[in-house]
Amino acid sequence: MVEGRCSGGGKAVSVGIAEAKRDRSERRRGLLLALPSFAYMILFFAVPLIIVLVYSFATRTSTGSTSLSDWNLDAYRKLGEPIVRNVVLRSVVLALVTTAICLLVAYPFAWFCAHQRPVVRNMMLVAVMIPFWTNFLVRNYAWRLLLSSGGPISSFTEAIGLGETNILFTKTAVVIGLVYAYLPFMILPLFASIDRLDRRLVEAGRDLYGSGSQTFRRIVLPLTMPGVIAGSILVFVPSMGAYVTPELLGGGKETLLGSYIVTQFLTARNWPVGASLSFVLMAVMLVSTIIYFRSGGKNL
Amino acid sequence: MNAPNGSEEKVTVAVSLRGISKLFDDVTAVDSVDLDIDDGEFFALLGPSGCGKTTTLRMIAGLEIPSSGSLQIFGDEVGSLPPNKRPVNTVFQNYALFPHMSVADNVAFGLRMRKVEKSEIADRVAQAISLVRMSGMENRRPSQLSGGQQQRVALARALVNRPKVLLLDEPLAALDLKLRQEMQFELKQLQREVGITFVFVTHDQEEALALSDRIGVMNDGRLLQVGSPEEMYDAPADRFVADFIGRSNFLKGTLESSEVVCLANGQRISVPAVDVGSVGDDVQVSLRPERVMICDAGTAPEGMARLSGTVETETFLGNSVIYRVALDWMTVEVETDHRPDVERHHAGEHVDLWWRDDAVAVVRP
Amino acid sequence: MSQATNRRLPIWALRLNGSAVLLFLYAPIILLLVFSFSASRIPGQWGGFTTEWYATLFDDSRLQRTISVSVRVALISTVIATVLGTMSALALERFKFRGRRVFDALLYLPIIIPDVTMAVMMLMFFSQSFNLVEAVFGIAITKGFATIVISHVAFNIAFVSVVVRARIAGMDATLEQAASDLYATRWQAFRFVTLPLIAPGVLGGALLAVTLSLDDVVVTQFVAGPGSTTLPVYVFSLIRKGVTPTINAVSVIMLVASLILVAGSVGLQRANASRGRQQLQTTGGTS
Repeated sequence: MVEGRCSGGGKAVSVGIAEAKRDRSERRRGLLLALPSFAYMILFFAVPLIIVLVYSFATRTSTGSTSLSDWNLDAYRKLGEPIVRNVVLRSVVLALVTTAICLLVAYPFAWFCAHQRPVVRNMMLVAVMIPFWTNFLVRNYAWRLLLSSGGPISSFTEAIGLGETNILFTKTAVVIGLVYAYLPFMILPLFASIDRLDRRLVEAGRDLYGSGSQTFRRIVLPLTMPGVIAGSILVFVPSMGAYVTPELLGGGKETLLGSYIVTQFLTARNWPVGASLSFVLMAVMLVSTIIYFRSGGKNL
Repeated sequence: MNAPNGSEEKVTVAVSLRGISKLFDDVTAVDSVDLDIDDGEFFALLGPSGCGKTTTLRMIAGLEIPSSGSLQIFGDEVGSLPPNKRPVNTVFQNYALFPHMSVADNVAFGLRMRKVEKSEIADRVAQAISLVRMSGMENRRPSQLSGGQQQRVALARALVNRPKVLLLDEPLAALDLKLRQEMQFELKQLQREVGITFVFVTHDQEEALALSDRIGVMNDGRLLQVGSPEEMYDAPADRFVADFIGRSNFLKGTLESSEVVCLANGQRISVPAVDVGSVGDDVQVSLRPERVMICDAGTAPEGMARLSGTVETETFLGNSVIYRVALDWMTVEVETDHRPDVERHHAGEHVDLWWRDDAVAVVRP
Repeated sequence: MSQATNRRLPIWALRLNGSAVLLFLYAPIILLLVFSFSASRIPGQWGGFTTEWYATLFDDSRLQRTISVSVRVALISTVIATVLGTMSALALERFKFRGRRVFDALLYLPIIIPDVTMAVMMLMFFSQSFNLVEAVFGIAITKGFATIVISHVAFNIAFVSVVVRARIAGMDATLEQAASDLYATRWQAFRFVTLPLIAPGVLGGALLAVTLSLDDVVVTQFVAGPGSTTLPVYVFSLIRKGVTPTINAVSVIMLVASLILVAGSVGLQRANASRGRQQLQTTGGTS
């Protein structure tokens, strides 16, 4: 525990040699400790990232390989083309729909959770997290199974006379899959935010406004906004860049961003465009993260 | 900075600080402190939060390195040594007991680190634990102990290593009042039993007065005065010290000679001969409320320093009565014992205040 | 409408919503489990109980090879990532050094980066490096086991670091000072005080790394070589060709494996929490 700041006497006292030596050896220790991972991250993360950036300025040759000598912004210009714009738009819309659904479903759930006894509350939260921790691929596959024609949902609707349902390979299926994957990401921040809500404020609001909806709009919602923002970002951002879920449940009929990027590498062999898109996607993530931290998401 | 004690025996200096300063970035936390702490004494570093007392303690412990100055422990220069190479141990404010170890393992830690013989460790640990009266609790975890018990374990953990100096960083601050008073008594007993030097940091002046052989008051990084509790109380040299320890009225004035002060209202009073400045300097006369006598106007004894004023308020506190008396130029607080048979003075009465010449101290403003 | 009714109305709706959400979350998993035992050739239909699909797995050598690859990749990358991640966490939480801010920021990137981007950059990195090595040394390297491990470590270091950092930050910093005051060297203080106290965090981080490694599809797909696919990538390609009952069985096994890991992690979090409570009580009671 170090004493707080005192008003300085203003005397010019030279910094002791022993103190400086101890500082230096501390810094050296710290650097040595960090060096292996630092070096690893530079070599195997920062460098690859820079390579992507570099590639995004390269040119695609007619044979599909990449020429690193002609630098240009072609890859970025391609992003403005209708094909790409549609892909991005579709992804954004899908991500927004997913986020909205998650919000609508998660908020009451989080509210309910926050008002339970600690034992029940923790159990519910753990219950929410457990599926999230199971294998991601399997969870998507389960929906693939459920939604296929001949699958249980279809059999169920047949049984009650609604006929066969074939939700698989539609946008709905993708949304269901994304909501399923990222719902916990919305529930937890919302819960944290609601938990912090001072109950007395809600009571006061009820007194003041008389109706629940006004209390909600004017008091509860603004106060839980950090949770709403955090949850929304945590759902929107991965949904936008999702690959596995749209591939398995969407069938690739209408391409989304993740799949489009992958095809640039595997089939279209247009690495510069793939690179520029990846980079843009990452920039979006970065900006969202900054917004997340600025809006107090970290302090939830 | 030591008041000469005039005794014949040679006193060994346990901790010696010369010109010790500590800077953090641009802030001077400790400003050129000179201090000798004697072997076997219970020394308190007293001051408000942020005054540098804890930083000074940490420099003795080795948890901070001084920016400049020399620090010696029993004559050895240790200023640049890390804590694990110094013959001192610390009791931290939050006790810092290792939560994953039992009481016995906590106490044994220092001995184990120094690779003491296993059998010796067992003996010394048992001794230390019984010294702080925690026998029977060896296998408890810190989380199972009360605050007072944790503190005793922290003491045992430090003392078992037979350090030359024991440092205590506001060890009683986290305890409630009653427990704190008990522990104060225990600490004093302990120090007498063990006989080593205790350096004790606190912001509680009553605690410092009660426990210490000598007190060092710090403020703003500077060591203002060092002395026995009586010296600090009766003969403060600095306004801050007079104000921080106990309560005091301060009458502004100038030094006319080493024994006379000319007050701001023109009155001259005699003061005990002190060396707080030269003739003409601004000084303040520290007059403690309980040393001021109050009586009806005109009845003050002859030959005493006297001021006249009107009673502003009268506050009954059970065993004492506090009066605030308004003079032309300031208000003075007076404290008297409550005597049911004596008539109290009431608001609006004209009264005289008087005191014996040696009841005041002259301090630097 | 009375206050009472106003209040009661939401509660049953909330309960309904709560149950619906939990049902939504667990139904697919349960149904998958159920249908993996279905004898019907059509994966989503019930055709009587059977374990034949699980039996076929034992003969599927290709599958077993991918499982072996997955497990080995997970173990090796986790060990490396845990060691490096813990060292990073200690360095960032306990020391000041040049480049600290850059390092700190760098360690956040893998957490937020979309896996597609990560897959892309690792692919590009490897293809460039291999070209370089071939040009300079004349040796031709190809993607394979090593590239998968390298990529997994690259993102796992960050995750381990975050978990361990949280644990270190929650630890009383004065404990290490007390250890030093009690004659411990830096290494002794680490070994006897710091490490035991952050151990749950380190294990938690390791578990997280194992899970992420076993889960990974896109990155691995891009950096895997012809002879070394991991289980998820293999299953992924199978699913795209069509759903079969064997895939059901494989999925359930993967599910159970990850559930075991989850159980371990939850158990550790309990240990974490109770230690944390102990610590709170230990630090003097009041702040």
